[in-house]
Amino acid sequence: MNHRKTLEPMWWGLFSAGGVVAAFLIPIHIVLLGLAIPLGWLPGSAEIFQSWIVRLYLFVLISLPLYHWAHRFSFTMSDLGLRPIRKPLAILCYGSAIAGTVVTAWVLLRI
Amino acid sequence: MTRNRPDPSLLFHPRMPANWWLRKRTYFLFIVREFTSVFIAAYLIVFLVQLYQLGNGPGAYQAFMGKFASPGWLGFHAVALAFAIYHSLTWFYTTSIVIPLRIGAMVAPRYVFTLLNVAVWLAVSAAILAIYLIW
Repeated sequence: MNHRKTLEPMWWGLFSAGGVVAAFLIPIHIVLLGLAIPLGWLPGSAEIFQSWIVRLYLFVLISLPLYHWAHRFSFTMSDLGLRPIRKPLAILCYGSAIAGTVVTAWVLLRI
Repeated sequence: MTRNRPDPSLLFHPRMPANWWLRKRTYFLFIVREFTSVFIAAYLIVFLVQLYQLGNGPGAYQAFMGKFASPGWLGFHAVALAFAIYHSLTWFYTTSIVIPLRIGAMVAPRYVFTLLNVAVWLAVSAAILAIYLIW
């Protein structure tokens, strides 16, 4: 029996957390910022983004679903025929999510 | 006892034709479900660019937001929204399988758990909208 410790449970945890955040929170943000404000249904004030609580919330809202994407995309591409390059694909996907987390923090700090 | 998985190199993986996911409706819907994450990630990158423009000043932000009224951007957001909603619904349904809702000794039907999640989702969405409007 192989008893190697892996980081896999952590990636599954981040996948799950990102899935929950995306399911409950993403649609209303697309409706609000992508449709209702551009169509002029609602006023487009950016004042809300000055709040630190809102920025902390946005950090969670943006970063966690990136890990959700990394997990799903890497597994799905593997299922669609990229199994031979599973390892580098996973490194690329999770690496992008980590880079995305750093960029998100930077963008939110400079508002 | 903790039992880890065996060495991946020892696992058997059947060879699948490249178009296996087009052979059955359920396979196709599975791939659509998995690809919702791509559209959600694409939306989040656009959102990040929007926040980056906000950091460049009110003028840059207003100019960027002005582009969102174009048919192309409205179409992008409409498509992203459709996939995001599909993710929400499939996520709630999948969760009802992973975490069965037990009431005493009885396991509630899956649709009960799914509908409860939909109700919470709508309430949370309404709350976010209200917070934005009264800010």
